[in-house]
Amino acid sequence: MTILELKQGIFKENEVTADGIREEFKAKGKLMINVMSSPGSGKTTTLVRTIEHLKGIVRVGVMECDIDASVDAETIEANGGKAIQLHTGGMCHMDAAMTKQGLDAMGIEDVDICFIENVGNLVCPAEFDTGAAINVTILSVPEGDDKPAKYPLVYEVSEVVLINKMDAIEIFDFDVELAKKRILACNPNAKIFCISSKKDEGFEPWIEFLKSRLKEAEAIQHE
Amino acid sequence: MHELGVTFYILKDVKKVAEENDVKKVNYVTVEIGEVSTVIHDQLIDCWNWARKKEEVTKETEMRIETLEAVTYCEDCKGEYRTVEYGKTCPYCGSEHTYLLRGNEFNIKEIGVDDDT
Ligand SMILES: Nc1nc2c(ncn2[C@@H]2O[C@H](COP(=O)(O)OP(=O)(O)OP(=O)(O)O)[C@@H](O)[C@H]2O)c(=O)[nH]1
Ligand SMILES: [Mg+2]
Ligand SMILES: [Zn+2]
Ligand SMILES: [Zn+2]
Repeated sequence: MTILELKQGIFKENEVTADGIREEFKAKGKLMINVMSSPGSGKTTTLVRTIEHLKGIVRVGVMECDIDASVDAETIEANGGKAIQLHTGGMCHMDAAMTKQGLDAMGIEDVDICFIENVGNLVCPAEFDTGAAINVTILSVPEGDDKPAKYPLVYEVSEVVLINKMDAIEIFDFDVELAKKRILACNPNAKIFCISSKKDEGFEPWIEFLKSRLKEAEAIQHE
Repeated sequence: MHELGVTFYILKDVKKVAEENDVKKVNYVTVEIGEVSTVIHDQLIDCWNWARKKEEVTKETEMRIETLEAVTYCEDCKGEYRTVEYGKTCPYCGSEHTYLLRGNEFNIKEIGVDDDT
């Protein structure tokens, strides 16, 4: 018996592909943003609102990833975004190879910011680098303020956390300060914005964040 | 089903290494999994035993799993302790300023092949 030693991380190839995607976006002065959350936290609704706020200023594309459906992509298209639906074929997360396929199918020449709506799940999307430059997690009020304590990884890798469904705060015993404290314990640098996608409230800081990061990306490209 | 996705990564890597080394048949593949990695061992093996049939070279490849201990480091007292037992709170000083040193790994360690192939 001969033993061949590999000693390599299983995610190595994915990391290489992801870095390649990041380089490509950087060279083009565009942004890719990966949006993660539990099912039903408001990813699609938040993206639709975000497209509204950016209308006429920033061209938005969305890659919708679902195990098997295309309602979300239709919703985005109906609201003026460019959308493509990816089916993960039973898989519970997106990886960089799937992102690449999606980008090829969608074409990013006429898009400035490309969002990925990842599969609704707080565990494995956090473990697989999609090639996005920015990770965002949405935590919605009905889910409870303990999610960051239970699923720390997704918050560790997220630069931005949107606390959504703030209009429902009276109904649920969701402690915003405690949730913020728990998020910051996972990632001390996380930017936390409270929003209501339904009522279109609290979007300014999030939209400003997107505009300024896009400006930075464009500035780097022109250097 | 997280394990299925991971299985395909392993399958691809094993196939690649086998090709590079001109191996026709792989007897076993050993993977190292950290204690706090989210993969469920039994499910991974079930997925593997199903997926391995897709490639000639892995048709009868047995999967072996080795567990790597998870260790957390305390920034306040500089102590190290077993993550699985104590979680985020340092058992020596009670601090929560702790971070995972290791235990999140997911590596392919080695593959075994017959000498005559
Ligand atoms: N009250 C309230 N409901 C909201 C808000 N945002 C979204 N919803 C509702 O929550 C439900 C789920 O919203 P989606 O945007 O489809 O959530 P999602 O995360 O895209 O869901 P999946 O793609 O299925 O994982 C819908 O009924 C929305 O109308 C909000 O700010 N407040
Ligand atoms: Mg959705
Ligand atoms: Zn997964
Ligand atoms: Zn300590």
